[in-house]
Order: sequence, then structure tokens, then C-alpha cells
Amino acid sequence: MKSKTTTIKVDYLARVEGEGGLYVKVKDKNVTDVQLRIFEPPRFFEAFLLGRDYSEVPDITARICGICPVAYQMSSVHAMENAFGITVDGPLRELRRLIYCGEWIESHVLHFSMLHAPDFLGYPDAIQMAKDHPEIVQAALKLKKAGNDIVTFIGGREIHPINVRVGGFYKVPNRRELKRRLKDQLEEAREIAKVAVDWTASLPCPDFERDYEYVALQHPDEYPYNEGRLVSNKGLDIGIHEYPDYFAEEHVAHSTALHSVLKARGAYHVGPLARYNLNFDRLSPMAQEAARNVGLGSQCYNPFKSIVVRAVETLYACDEALRIIDSYEMPDEPAVKVEPRAGVGHGCSEAPRGILYHRYRIDDEGNIRDARIIPPTSQNQKTIENDLWQFVPQNINTAHDKLTWQCEQVIRNYDPCISCSTHFLKLHIEQE
Amino acid sequence: MHQVLIIGVGNEFRGDDAAGLVVARHLQERLPEVVVRESPGEGATLMETWKDGAQVFLIDAVSSGSPAGTIHRLEAHTGPLPTTFFRYSTHAFGVAEAIEMARVLGQLPPRLIVYGIEGANYEAGVELSPEVSQAVAQVVARVVGEVVGAH
Repeated sequence: MKSKTTTIKVDYLARVEGEGGLYVKVKDKNVTDVQLRIFEPPRFFEAFLLGRDYSEVPDITARICGICPVAYQMSSVHAMENAFGITVDGPLRELRRLIYCGEWIESHVLHFSMLHAPDFLGYPDAIQMAKDHPEIVQAALKLKKAGNDIVTFIGGREIHPINVRVGGFYKVPNRRELKRRLKDQLEEAREIAKVAVDWTASLPCPDFERDYEYVALQHPDEYPYNEGRLVSNKGLDIGIHEYPDYFAEEHVAHSTALHSVLKARGAYHVGPLARYNLNFDRLSPMAQEAARNVGLGSQCYNPFKSIVVRAVETLYACDEALRIIDSYEMPDEPAVKVEPRAGVGHGCSEAPRGILYHRYRIDDEGNIRDARIIPPTSQNQKTIENDLWQFVPQNINTAHDKLTWQCEQVIRNYDPCISCSTHFLKLHIEQE
Repeated sequence: MHQVLIIGVGNEFRGDDAAGLVVARHLQERLPEVVVRESPGEGATLMETWKDGAQVFLIDAVSSGSPAGTIHRLEAHTGPLPTTFFRYSTHAFGVAEAIEMARVLGQLPPRLIVYGIEGANYEAGVELSPEVSQAVAQVVARVVGEVVGAH
């Protein structure tokens, strides 16, 4: 009998940040090739940083991504502080968590409401969805604005916050001003987020699970943003500075973004699901309760449920932001004293899409001699491909158009930011 | 509510993608009394930004297949934009999506004039192509003419 090969391909993958494609080859109902294709030359920013003063790095790296500039700032300032032997704590540490809450809210809401939800409801995009469900989009925009306003207020401006520096901030708010600017709308946002958890959990969700190695930061007593150990559900437990010893980057021909792997075990999964599985008991009681109420246990291995986890994390971020605002006391100084010294510093923080690792080598004048930035999307590339290796055979009898759509949805489960990992992504599934 | 609001969209580290930002900065110098904002093109935030404007001018680099430096002027409040217009946006929910979403939700400004400048080079870098530089100057003059002419 003649063998039959089919391709599933999407040249231009919609509703992801940046541009890329997917190519899947199926022969006699078996998948023979999966490529998440990323074309753009990467690493421009790392070269751009060489010779720059350490103090410029947070603002330069913030430009890598319009969606998650705070993550780049946070990973870079922590790396510098690690190199200089500085610890930032108290209200300054709290303000860093607060601005990160803002970014999670903005980024997660954009993804679950505008980019991911249309997949579950069968709309080609959020605009078509808004024609039938305007109230969902209106509520999402309001919720997202609460996140924007945190970043704008703490970060000093709307786009690419400029108030973050090594050692703390250039300017910090007083207690009253912080409450006045953010509290009321965050309380409203928290209520919207509760509804969003219920709503995302009500969406029809494909039945699919995989045995992932989840990797996330873990802090002894808080849900992770900026600090902790790097842990996994398969035994990884290391300090951030040990990252290069345990992880490697590999070049693959079809992607200009390097694939990250655990040297010991290969592909791993970063992002909301990883954080949630490894840190459920560190979510606020309100966020835990909301998750339990919709039947989401403390462990979840269905990547399509990431939409619910993003809503839970959004609720957590609103709740945590309010906790910080309520307990905030203005510090005497907006930053701790920084004295640069030669050395190597490592920083890792939880960007909305997962761990973002930075390493810098700095000379005794405070200039950058070497920079390494490993964004979450490049770390998830191999896991996304592995999902498709399993998903396509399980759904091989689905009509081609629908299967193609679902493959895109598999990718969108990760909210990939190709702009971060490189810049561009395009989907291509081939059946011979 | 601002009578006139100008929004420059772009990424200043991606060659001609900075055109909208450069126009906005020149316009702020020429029209100091007018409110000028800069945006990286993230759509949901844009929808918030233009809520404050009665007459909004939005300037962005575009890639529609026309020669570099071509200037497009569209009245977004009167009808949909061509679908290929902003395809160089790196945002999944960018300028075009924000305009159409605002239309669906009844949140478009009363007047939203979009100036698109056809770019040639969107590689990493901070230089505008010569054709785009010329177009920037022309768009500045045209927007000044529209704003001053309307008062």
C-alpha cells in the first residue's frame, strides 16, 4: 500500500508576540517531524550591552520586550546586585514585587482574554469574539489597566519604565500617594479577576496531559517573583548562580533562538503552570480558594489549562499588590548604595512567561564585559515541539483545518514571545 | 478630553519602525500646546490612550508593499483599515487590532487620522532610511497643517 504523508503548516502564526511558523510532517498517521520555526537573528541586545556601564543595563534590556520590560529590568538589577554583593530588602523589595504584579496583570490579561480565549470559543480573533461578548473584553481592558497603572506609577512612565535602578529606584512614592493612586482600582480589578478565573475555567478544554519537568523559582514563603531557588518536580534544586552548570543552550537549524535544555534530562517547561505546580501553597488564600472552587487542584499537567492558571495568577497579583500597598512604609532612601566591583552576577526572575535568566561579567570600572540573556520562550521551544509530537497523533483523525487550528492553540498555551526569544515566528504542518 | 491628541507609535531600535516616534517628537516641538504621546504599539494600552482625544492623529511605520517613504493617510473613524497595513507590528494585539476592537466596542475617538509611513528597513538599529527621513518631515508638516488649519 502506498504510504500517505501530510503536512500541517501555518506560515504565519497569529496571536503570538512576534512572528514565527510551525511545520509538522505526518506519515501514515505518525508524526515524523515537528519544527517550531523562528527565523530572526537573535542576541542583538547582548552585543549591544558590551562596554556599557552597568547602570544602563536595566533600561537597555527593558527595550527587548514591549510586553515584559519589568522582567528584564528585574533580572538585570538582581544580576548586578549579585555581582556587587548588595541585598535590597524592606520596602524597596516590596516595591519591586509590586511593579512585577503590574506586569503580570497586564501581560496575563492580554493573553488570556485577547489572544488565547478566542481559541477556546472558536473565534479567529478577539475582535470577532468582542462582537458576541463585548462584556468580556470590556472587563479585561479594565483589569489590564489596573496592571498598566501600577507599572506606570512605580515605573515612572507608561512604556519602558525608567524608574528602576541597580540598588532600588530613582524615586519612591509615599504611603498616602501609593494608596490614592492604586488601591481603589485594584480592589475592583481583584473582583474582575475572580470572575475571570470562573470564566476561563468554564471554557471547553481539550483533554491532554504530559509528564512535564516543570522548572520555576521557589521561595521559602512567597509566590516567586524575583528570588528563590530554581527547582523542578523532578529533583532540580539549585541556586540561581548554578544555572549555567545545569542548563545548556543548543542550536537547531530551524530556529535562530537557541533551544534550552536541562543537561541531565532535556526539555523542560517554564511559565505559569510550572510556577503554579511548584508553588501552589504559596499563593494567597484567596487565589488558592478561587482555583479550588473551579476544580483546579494543586497539580495540573494539561497545558490548555494554562489559561485558567493565568487568571489565578492575575488574581494573585491583584491580591498581592493590595497586600503590599496596605503594608507599605516609605523608605528613607529610594535606593541602597551601589559600589561596582569586578565580578560575575546572576539574576533570575519570573517573567509572565517563565524564568528569565541574566548573567553579566563586569569589570572593575562597572563596564559590561559579557552578557547572557535566556528568555522563557527560548526555554519552552523544545517543550512546545514535544507537545505537538504527542498531540498530533492523538488527534490525527481530526479534520485538517481544525487540527491546524488546535496545533496553533498548543503553541499559544505558552504565550510565546518571539519578540523576546528573537523577534519573528511562522506554522507549517505537512502531511505527505 | 484633549481637543487634539497626537500618538507616535514605534520601536526606536528597529530602523524605520521609529518613524512614528520621530514624527511625534518633532510635532511636540512644533506644537508645544498639543498633547503628544509615544507608544510601542501595544493595542490595549493604545485604546486607553486615545480615549482622551477628540481628534487623534496616530503615526506609525507601515509595510504595505508600497515604495519606501510612501505616506498613507487614512481616516480610521470612517471605516476599516486595509488588513495588511500594519503587518510589521510585532504585537499580537497591535495598532490595527486596537482600532478594529475599539470600533466594535464603540470606543473609537470621534476623529482618528492615521498616518502610515512606508518603511524599508526594520532590522535592529537606530537609523532611518533616507526616504523615510524625508517622509517624516512631510508628515510633520501635514499634521501641523491639519492641526493649525482646524483652529
